[in-house]
Amino acid sequence: MRRLQAVRQSRRANRIVAVLAIGVAALVPFFFAPLSTFMNNAVLALAYVVMALGLNIVVGFAGLLDLGYVAFYAFGSYTVGWLASDFFAYINGGRGMHILGPKLLSSPAGIHVNFLLIMVAAIVICAVVGALIGLPTLRLRGDYIAIVTLAFGEIIRVFAFFGDDIHLGKHYLLTNGRQAISPVDQIDLPFLPQFDSAFSLRPYYWFALAMVALVLFINFRLRDSRLGRAWIAIREDEVAAASMGVPLVKTKLLAYATGGALGGMAGAFLGAYYNSVNANQFQFGFSIFILAMIILGGLGSIWGVVIGAVALSFINTYVIPSLNDVPDQFGLDFDLTTLSFGIFGFLIVLMMVLRPEGLLPERRRRLELTEGMGAGDEQLFEVRA
Amino acid sequence: MSGEDAVARAAPPDVSAGVPDGDILEATGVSKSFGGLVAVNDVDFAIPHRSIVSIIGPNGAGKTTFFNVLTGLYKPSAGRIVFDGRDITAERPDKITALGIARTFQNIRLFATMSALENVLVGQHTRMRAGLIGSILRPPWVVGEERRVRERGRDLLAYVGLELRVFDELAVNLSYGDQRRVEIARALASDPRLLLLDEPTAGMNPQESAALTEFMETLRDDRGLTILLIEHDMQVVMNVSEQITVLDHGEKISEGLAQDVRRDRRVVEAYLGTQGED
Repeated sequence: MRRLQAVRQSRRANRIVAVLAIGVAALVPFFFAPLSTFMNNAVLALAYVVMALGLNIVVGFAGLLDLGYVAFYAFGSYTVGWLASDFFAYINGGRGMHILGPKLLSSPAGIHVNFLLIMVAAIVICAVVGALIGLPTLRLRGDYIAIVTLAFGEIIRVFAFFGDDIHLGKHYLLTNGRQAISPVDQIDLPFLPQFDSAFSLRPYYWFALAMVALVLFINFRLRDSRLGRAWIAIREDEVAAASMGVPLVKTKLLAYATGGALGGMAGAFLGAYYNSVNANQFQFGFSIFILAMIILGGLGSIWGVVIGAVALSFINTYVIPSLNDVPDQFGLDFDLTTLSFGIFGFLIVLMMVLRPEGLLPERRRRLELTEGMGAGDEQLFEVRA
Repeated sequence: MSGEDAVARAAPPDVSAGVPDGDILEATGVSKSFGGLVAVNDVDFAIPHRSIVSIIGPNGAGKTTFFNVLTGLYKPSAGRIVFDGRDITAERPDKITALGIARTFQNIRLFATMSALENVLVGQHTRMRAGLIGSILRPPWVVGEERRVRERGRDLLAYVGLELRVFDELAVNLSYGDQRRVEIARALASDPRLLLLDEPTAGMNPQESAALTEFMETLRDDRGLTILLIEHDMQVVMNVSEQITVLDHGEKISEGLAQDVRRDRRVVEAYLGTQGED
């Protein structure tokens, strides 16, 4: 029974840590100017935490290696691009369509929907899309899943990129390609003044922090649930999981859908935050960026992923640019930022050599890596999904 | 209401009722081939309600393949499998588990980095209802369900003889015997009516094997289970089984009571090779 108590205590400790961490994080903006670079970077870091926690469900919990996660960023961002800008300018005879939309608009034409509704739409769209890309991967394992999801991410990027050649009816395009859908409406929440990123980044920071809190909550709840156990069981041994009554198709699709939904949520937020949706944002490298965060932090470990996401995002925004003139000192003529993905790759290699289980490993993962235990050694060759 | 019938289903079946007539499982003409290799060839097989039945045979005779066909991991190339009056041929493994067939594996396949208790919780998957939304929001019925399955999980672990202090130990850290126990508890957790055990005594000493034999009889008598056993240990097989089926090269070469099978010439040949070359 002592162990049981220990488990309960660790759960309580977890809750205390979460409340403290979020409480402290909520005070941070008061120490920085409302438009400082730090605030900007912090908002981005928080959005990346949401993405990383979403991907952690797919890769960390269920063990399905997803290299096309950027697709959900794209879908989330385009949801806000389509539904909160003058992109569909001719709608309703140029007078626009407004659904509880924000008060201050750059232009009344186009569709302008309340941001919370857009968030719901982005979550639903990305959950459905997540399940759809899950379908072709159901019969695959490991690396092959990675290849299919990678291709999926690229397909979405190409569609976004050349979306300005795809005509929907007489007046409308699918996307604006590299030209960006801009400006996107600023977030306007009920009972609060409308956000204005030209004036202060603090509201965006707090909104992102609230998303992080929500997604943390979802991650913790799911991990200790029937569904979370089923995901881990599938990661450990698909054949045994199916034999114990875990429906593989449904359980895997739920992982993809949940992960996708959280990615879409962050995507919609980033679209609104950047004020624009540009096809160039949705590069393959972004999927790797997020994946690197969860590997750095420790696959499957919720706190590890948070730390990994914050660390990598600050490395990306501070450390690498601050070393920008290093090549110059050696007489080399290039920007270090152009090598950032090479640097992330190097960090991962370093991590794999020094501490393969991540900065803050999950108890199980540590075992899998150090004792060679875990998923799929010998497989039945015909296990059906 | 949702919570209540889950409890009703989680309770051990009512054993007081008489043994139903007929067979709980009936396989007719089951074949399974991989490319050109015929692993199981036209096997007819039936298990009477509440009996203990064994499949024996030399290595590579197709015993485990037959198990995998019964539990839905392989789709049979031909034949029909009926469980409790329901056609389960080529049904999905999780559906078959939900209908009441559970199994263990020849090489223990626990979820290595989950605790003993968590393994048993996964075994109860089909007897739980919490979905995505329920798991996140955790309404009272989910809290209740979670508490019940944990209690039942601990009961099952105690029932198979695991010590309390290792309930929360990761499966990979358990002793071999304990891993076997947890695997049986995990199978029992899905509330099966038919339990398939794939070489449960592998790696056990004679005392442990004897204890397990006894345990199988307890399972049948207490819980009204029907047990199908793949076994190499002839001592165990002869002691416990009411009926023995012998497979060789994927074909059924003999079937019957222990003493009959033992005297069957084809069985002796299958195990020892054909006599009279020299």
